[in-house]
Amino acid sequence: MLQNWAYNSVLIYKNSHMKPLEKENIFDIQKIRSDFPILKRKVNGYPLVYLDNAASSQKPQVVIDAIVDYYSNYNANIHRGVHALSQEATDAYERSRNKIQKHLNAAKPYEIIFTSGTTHSINLVANGFTTLLKTGDEIIVSALEHHSNIVPWQMLCERTGAVLKVIPMNETGELVLEAYEKMLSDKTKLVFCNHISNALGTINPINQIIQKAHEAGAAVLIDGAQACAHLKPDVQVLDVDFYVASAHKMCGPTGVGLLYGKEKWLRKLPPYQGGGEMIAEVTFEKTTYADLPHKFEAGTPNICGDIVFGTAIDYLNQIGFDKIAAYENSLLETATRKLLEIEGLRIYGTSKQKTSVISFNLEGIHPYDVGTILDQLGIAVRTGHHCTQPIMDYYKIPGTVRASFSFYNTFEEIDRLVEAVKKAKQMLQ
Amino acid sequence: MSIKEIQAEIVDEFSLFDDWMQRYEYMIALGKSLPLIEEQYKIDRNLIKGCQSKVWVHAEMKDGKVVFTADSDAIITKGIIAILLRTLSNQSPKDVLEADMHYIDEIGLKEHLSPTRANGLVSMIKQLKLYALAFETQKNNMP
Repeated sequence: MLQNWAYNSVLIYKNSHMKPLEKENIFDIQKIRSDFPILKRKVNGYPLVYLDNAASSQKPQVVIDAIVDYYSNYNANIHRGVHALSQEATDAYERSRNKIQKHLNAAKPYEIIFTSGTTHSINLVANGFTTLLKTGDEIIVSALEHHSNIVPWQMLCERTGAVLKVIPMNETGELVLEAYEKMLSDKTKLVFCNHISNALGTINPINQIIQKAHEAGAAVLIDGAQACAHLKPDVQVLDVDFYVASAHKMCGPTGVGLLYGKEKWLRKLPPYQGGGEMIAEVTFEKTTYADLPHKFEAGTPNICGDIVFGTAIDYLNQIGFDKIAAYENSLLETATRKLLEIEGLRIYGTSKQKTSVISFNLEGIHPYDVGTILDQLGIAVRTGHHCTQPIMDYYKIPGTVRASFSFYNTFEEIDRLVEAVKKAKQMLQ
Repeated sequence: MSIKEIQAEIVDEFSLFDDWMQRYEYMIALGKSLPLIEEQYKIDRNLIKGCQSKVWVHAEMKDGKVVFTADSDAIITKGIIAILLRTLSNQSPKDVLEADMHYIDEIGLKEHLSPTRANGLVSMIKQLKLYALAFETQKNNMP
């Protein structure tokens, strides 16, 4: 099991038969909501109920202010200017990298690479493995993956002649580990799995997945895009080779992400893109690459976004991931219980280990119709296949309605959701 | 009735509703009355891309008019197609091609459709007009 505090708190909570935690026992929800200006909005005449957090989180005022502060006070290109602004921007940029390092407990700051997001991070690794794989090698991915996690590996297989294998899932939305263990062999070079499924909310047993892969001599890349909003991974405890995430799901800006890689792996992988910043010396005969992390950060990065990513992480840590996990689990439990009281409502993904994501359908009603009515009532949910068609195919459904909760959602909003689903059912039946 | 007359009639009908709920309930009712596509035409080739829900459309010429039939797995989408088909089905290909579809805005539909859904609506209109264009071209190429 994960040694991580936040994760353990989820388990402790899940495995006990405690009364759902009352919101006031955890934190002052109204104070937290007041940090997010967008939550005051009305949509279609109703106060906004934002339940599409798994797609993107909202941003607190400190994050918005940090963006304004950067462009107002110290906007400059980094790492090459001798002037004061460039130095200030460079310092802030590297401070942000250090914050992320500390947050993930990476051994070295240069094991953190800034990217444009999870997809970019995954492609960087997939591209790097082109030179490390040969025909007949095997890559294992899980059945719970987002399309962005399937396609780069298919492309890698096309380039190298490697073979893609898939860890199957079961009815509850959990991975079948026995099948995974049978799949592993000395041919396995890379295992890829999300920490938490975006479509179903399942928390995957990545500890076991990583350990078994290492026993077979394979490297592991974990996609933490969904996880990092809910828990604080410790990359050294996990002993993971690569871990990736996006800022925008963690109260940070869009277009920003991270790649953690163990130093030995980052040294082994070739650069992804050529450009400025990533070179040591250039002549027309030969170029030598810059050291880590700059080798992977070609061109002028999203300086502002990368700096503000650090601000967002500070904000989340100030609230505390232990509190976030406890509160969100309380929301999940309440919403699950209340939604299941609606006749004909089925929840997809019923693992005991899951985060605050509820994917559901009303019997005989298309998720798109439900989503349209909920939108009319000011409730933002996601409908569709959530870029996980293989999961939808497994359940033989066109998609689901997905309500995903964050620490700034309230128990009153759950009631609004439940009432709106009832209304949709009545209208659409 | 001409396309313009039918559009005016639909705009009139929708103006009777006070709120979105009545409008959607009416659309759902219209969806149930959609001239359904025959099962043999409910194939991938007739699927319209760009919609979150599945939409099948079939078109054929009858006495110089384009006749559309359609279906969808989502009822609100069916309602939207029903409105489009009521306007554009049983019209000459030329009239379908030239039809101004701005009445969609007037009945308060487009503003309530999210970008992805709006794309679905735009795709549907585009597909209906493409069928009309095909028939019109065919007619003009006849000896």
